Amino acid sequence: MHKIAIALGLTGFLAVIAVVPATLAQQRPTVDAAKVDAAIQAAFPTFPTAASDWTPRLAPDETMKQCVANDNLPPKAVGDAIMAREKATIQYPTDGKLVGDWKKGETLAQSGFGLRFTDYPARDRPNGGNCYACHQLTKTEVSYGTIGPSLLAYGKIRNFGEAETKAAYEKIYNPHASYPCSLMPRLGNNKVLTIEQIKDAVALLMSPDSPVNQ
Amino acid sequence: MELKRTLVAVLLVIGLSPVAMAQDLDTEKAIERYRQMLKADPWSNPGLLDVDRGETLWATPRGPKNVSLEQCDLGKGPGKVDGAFAELPRYFADADRVMDVETRILWCMEKLQGFNRADLIKSPHPSGGQPVKELGAMATYVANKSSGMKFAAKLDQPKERETVALGQALFNRRSGPFDFACTTCHAETGKRIRLQGLPFLSNPEEARKVIGEWPAYRVSSTHVMTMQHRLVDCFWQMRMPPLELGSDVSVALIAYLAKTAEGGEINAPALKR
Repeated sequence: MHKIAIALGLTGFLAVIAVVPATLAQQRPTVDAAKVDAAIQAAFPTFPTAASDWTPRLAPDETMKQCVANDNLPPKAVGDAIMAREKATIQYPTDGKLVGDWKKGETLAQSGFGLRFTDYPARDRPNGGNCYACHQLTKTEVSYGTIGPSLLAYGKIRNFGEAETKAAYEKIYNPHASYPCSLMPRLGNNKVLTIEQIKDAVALLMSPDSPVNQ
Repeated sequence: MELKRTLVAVLLVIGLSPVAMAQDLDTEKAIERYRQMLKADPWSNPGLLDVDRGETLWATPRGPKNVSLEQCDLGKGPGKVDGAFAELPRYFADADRVMDVETRILWCMEKLQGFNRADLIKSPHPSGGQPVKELGAMATYVANKSSGMKFAAKLDQPKERETVALGQALFNRRSGPFDFACTTCHAETGKRIRLQGLPFLSNPEEARKVIGEWPAYRVSSTHVMTMQHRLVDCFWQMRMPPLELGSDVSVALIAYLAKTAEGGEINAPALKR
């Protein structure tokens, strides 16, 4: 009885997620993409530093275009193309070590500094990853957001595995390589965090002594 | 007296806790108490000082042409302020474009009073602790004159529909180093950034509850923040450059939000975190 109910529920759920993108796409009036781009160009006429630092921010790249066109739920063929394209962007540490210092990881997880127009001229302070804005990570930090899933005990429930460590590195570097049209920023690919910082964030998730795993 | 003491206590808590993780919950409770007290005494909202200031500015002869804005047409005829905000944004034939309240006041300041537009949009929003600027104070006054009414912008003319459609496209558009769109934070019910609740703004039911609160007095920055300013803040967080006041992007997003919030009650200036 329960199994039937679950099966029916699951079928209903799958039907809903299959139907939703089509419905949204139908509801949306078509707007000429060139008009949208022109409006954006005109709306942001001043930059705090050289224009070349800012104009690339105004336009979605191919992956973002595909995600927006599909309400972030791409059909399989598009999703596969996105994953292949984004996977190819991932750069790994030259020494092959993926785990850095979890204490530095905790600091960058707390920080939202960097790349905002008030963060210029550049100062001697690293960008943050702002992980807590969207994720629960530790029991001690009660001020966490809920846009992303809870990452409590992330390494522990994965037995601190080697393949899982690599997956965590890749996920932080470029989430679209494994989850096309994720809402999470491409922190490595978009040069928000350095490779060293990503290693520190991996340590926060995957080190047995990190507060995430206590 | 009791009100004053609690108000000071609330502001102290907020001012003295820079990160204030665990205290945020207490702060939220304190602000909730503050909100309750405001309801009990509607004249205690600090934003109302800017409503009064805006009303005076509106009626005072100013600018190179030394005239007041009492001939400014907000859509219901020159000088008619009551209920005008509830029907904005709308298309204005004299400017041949759709305008929200701030863009329209900007236009009137330029055309009627002779102010230089470039000067007005150079630094149009206050930093933390500074009062809302003159244009914003007047927008707060105009919005307040529709308080208690419902959003009823028709937005059914071709240019208006085009503007709403542009707003919707912009709401979904992802770009910048964080790949954010408005939908990153505002496309689901019950989500939070840190402890801050996020309204699902493409959902009419949720939009109707919050859009009518702007312009709002923001306790954390101790000033009235207008809707144009609020959008600048969103784009700041999205790692985009400063959004120009009165730009088509700003008007389109406001038109999309007003359309989504159609039928929702206006309660401006409300009090926000």
